[in-house]
Formats: sequence, C-alpha cells, structure tokens
Amino acid sequence: MSFDVPTDRRYLESHEWTTTDGDTVRVGITDFAQDELGDVVFVELPDVGKDVAKETEFGVVESIKAVSDLISPLSGTVVGVNEDLFDAPELVNEDPYGEGWMLEVEPSGAEEFDDLLIADEYRDQTG
Amino acid sequence: MGLRKPPLHAVHDGRASFTEFGGWEMPVEFDSIRTEHAAVRETAGIFDVSHMGEIEVSGPDAMTLMDRLVTSDVTNLDPGDTQYACITDEAGIILDDTMVFRLPDDDGARYLFVPNAGHDARMYDRWVDHRDEWGLDAAVENTTREWAMLAVQGPDAPDLAAAASDGATREVNRFEAGVLEVAGVRAFAARTGYTGEDGFEFLCPWDDAETVWSAFDCRACGLGARNTLRLEMGFLLSGQDFDSEAEPRTPYEAGVGWAVDLGREFVGWDALEGIDREGVAERFRGVRLLERGVPRNGYEVVDADGTHVGHLTSGTMSPTLGEPIGMGYLAAEAAPPGTCVRVVVRGEPKRANVVTPPFIDT
Repeated sequence: MSFDVPTDRRYLESHEWTTTDGDTVRVGITDFAQDELGDVVFVELPDVGKDVAKETEFGVVESIKAVSDLISPLSGTVVGVNEDLFDAPELVNEDPYGEGWMLEVEPSGAEEFDDLLIADEYRDQTG
Repeated sequence: MGLRKPPLHAVHDGRASFTEFGGWEMPVEFDSIRTEHAAVRETAGIFDVSHMGEIEVSGPDAMTLMDRLVTSDVTNLDPGDTQYACITDEAGIILDDTMVFRLPDDDGARYLFVPNAGHDARMYDRWVDHRDEWGLDAAVENTTREWAMLAVQGPDAPDLAAAASDGATREVNRFEAGVLEVAGVRAFAARTGYTGEDGFEFLCPWDDAETVWSAFDCRACGLGARNTLRLEMGFLLSGQDFDSEAEPRTPYEAGVGWAVDLGREFVGWDALEGIDREGVAERFRGVRLLERGVPRNGYEVVDADGTHVGHLTSGTMSPTLGEPIGMGYLAAEAAPPGTCVRVVVRGEPKRANVVTPPFIDT
C-alpha cells in the first residue's frame, strides 16, 4: 500500500508532520498514521497559549480501536487549534494534511526543523 | 510459539490488517470498522471467526458430562437446539462462556460447544479430566482444527444464506441449527451470532472455507467491527469482561445469571447457590458518556465526590449512536440505571449515565 507523503513539510518518526514556512506552522498526523489508526473518533488538543516542546506529547488521538499520543515535531507556542476536529474528527482520516490539521504553532527556534525527516526519509521508514 | 492462522488467511492477506487474538492471527479490519459495522446493521457482513474453538462430546454419557460442566440445563435441548451457557469453576468463577449445540443428526445425544479463541485446549482437558474422574462413558474431541467458522450477519443475512443454500437455511429458526449444504459444502448452520442481528454461523470443513466465504457477496468484516457490534448489544467478551485470572467474575456479577439453572447440579453449583441467596457486591452495567471522550477497558469509575465505585472492562465510540459507550463493574450503590457517575479518562472525570445494555434496539 502506498501512502501520501507531501514534500513540502517535515516529519517525525512517530508519524506527525509540520509545515516549515512562515511565522506560524501547522502540525498534524500523516496519511500512514491515520490509516493505521482507522476511524478517528476523538482528538484532544492543548489550549491556545500553551507551550509545546519538541518530541513531547501535546495531545491524544483516538480511533475506534486505538488510543495514540500526539508528539510535537517542534517547540513553540500554540496559537491555534483545529476546533473542527472536535465535532468532525473524521477529517483526520479524510484529509490528514489539509482539513485534518491539528495545531498552529509559533516556533521558538527555526533550526529545530533541520533534524526532522524529509519526505523521502519518512517514506523509507514506513516502507 | 507461532500464531495460529485461520484457513482463509491467504485470502485475507493484502485485503485486511491483522491482529493477534487468543493466539490466532486474525483480520481486524478490511475497509474500516465504521463501514463494516454499518453494513452489518443495515445490510449484511461476513466474518471469519475460525479462531473460535469446537469441542464435540458424544457417547452414552454425553448428556450427563455436558450438563455437569455448564451453568444452564442442556438436558432439555432437542436435536438442533442451541443454548448459551457459562463454564464455571468450583468457586462459581466464569472460565469461559459458550454456545452449546445439540447436534441435529444424532442417534443418542451428541453435543458441540464453542469455547472462545485460545480456550479450546483448556476446555478439552477440563472435559476429559472430569469424564475420567466421574467414570463417564463419553468421547470428547477437540475439532478446532477441523472446522472453519464463518458468520454472516445482518438484516439481509437470511436471504443471502437462503440463496447460497438453495433455500435450506429457511428451515432453521432463530437459535436453532441444522446440517445442510452451503455452496455445495456440507456445513453446520446455526442461526446465532454475536452482533445482535439476524444471521448464521456456519461451521464447514477447514479446506472448504474459501468456497463458503466466496458464496457470500457482502462486506468482509474484521474483529474490530465484531467488537463494536457486540459492545452495542452488551455481549460479554471472554478474556476482557471476564477472565478467570485478570477479571474473575461469577455469572451473577457479569449479568448472565439468567444462564444459571440451580435446579440441577454442576461444577460451581455450591458457590453460585450461596451467591444467588446473598447477592453480589458489584454488577455489570453500561455507561453512556455525557462529555467528549472514549471509555476504554481499565478506566476507573468514580461518584460525584471522586470516590471509587468501579471500573470499565470494555468501551468504544458506538458507530451506530455516534456516542461513547462503555461497560464494566459498578458497586451496588452506583449500579441503578440512571445513576450519574464519572468515568476517569486520563485523569479527567467525565460525566456518564449508568444504563442496562443493550445500548441499541435491533
């Protein structure tokens, strides 16, 4: 099975993505991750204004069959959360890189992106 | 130790994701739990449940042996009848739950019962040991490796089964069973299931599984949907809602006291007779969450003051209701339906109403 891995963003081994351009970036989970989870039914996200730290937990995503921690690909301050997911968590399945985004973060340091996986590296990992 | 594989493993490979269950590698999801669940509620779906065990009991004392090892009275089953029963130990603790079939083709009583996945060897030993201890004349066979088990469930299942069997399944009423031909394969067809819907569970020879599977043009379903379907009905899951080691429960606690007949003797009778008189401290109940969250196995339940009143053993987001539902054991004071309790989800108490399953009408 082949999964969508857009080249315009960076990835964590734990299957989160982040965009890298602009003052704020978006964070979500990958197509592979949503497929592994199956039907997403619940997303728990931090409040706006909270800080997130690189490679630490920022929330939880639950499918019918599984519970999974969400890991932040970068450090920064949460400036937006996708509230549409509270009523329509299935957006994570339908459009993981678009409508299914989770956080908008103001990064605390741009250099943090350098050690994230690029699309090819992430794709190799998911085989 | 390697995982046991169902006969259709190669057929499912590439179409389904798999999970370990009771020592078997079984398909958990083909398309999505949501679509598979909806198919069974609205039309029909087919499940490979070949991980279920089969034990056959025959011979002059088959009826006596069977009746002394299960909680319900099987002596009044007619050929072709089926009945739910628990298998309890001396303390009345459920070791497994099962459907007991009195086989329709007998001269003398012959039974087949279906232990849950991974329990077949233990139940076989239990039957043989007690037969020998009691000096009964009965043959006990573990035929788990000989039978494939396929379940076709849903409102359209009776029509699909009739079409595949040249109308033969029309003669089989709810909770009865017959021996007939499905897709040209001689099969044991029980009009039973684990979804709350009408339908059949077919036992056919291991090597004929693909022929029977292919005769049904309906959605392939995995164990994920099987779990959400049974949860909406409040059906117990062996090894989770009860487990002789991790969750030791009597039938009265587990809400299946109706399957205990104290009018005859069986292993566990002494203990259960006492518990029936004295009552139980905890009861199996359903909860419907009133806040966002998903109840899961192991979550604590507290009252409004934060005092522990029980814990959950199963839970999910109900695909039919679109609401979070759970089941578990609650202290007597928290057990009356309508009681407002809190389910603790990752440290957060979430309000929930106590209900008596099923959660939906089918």
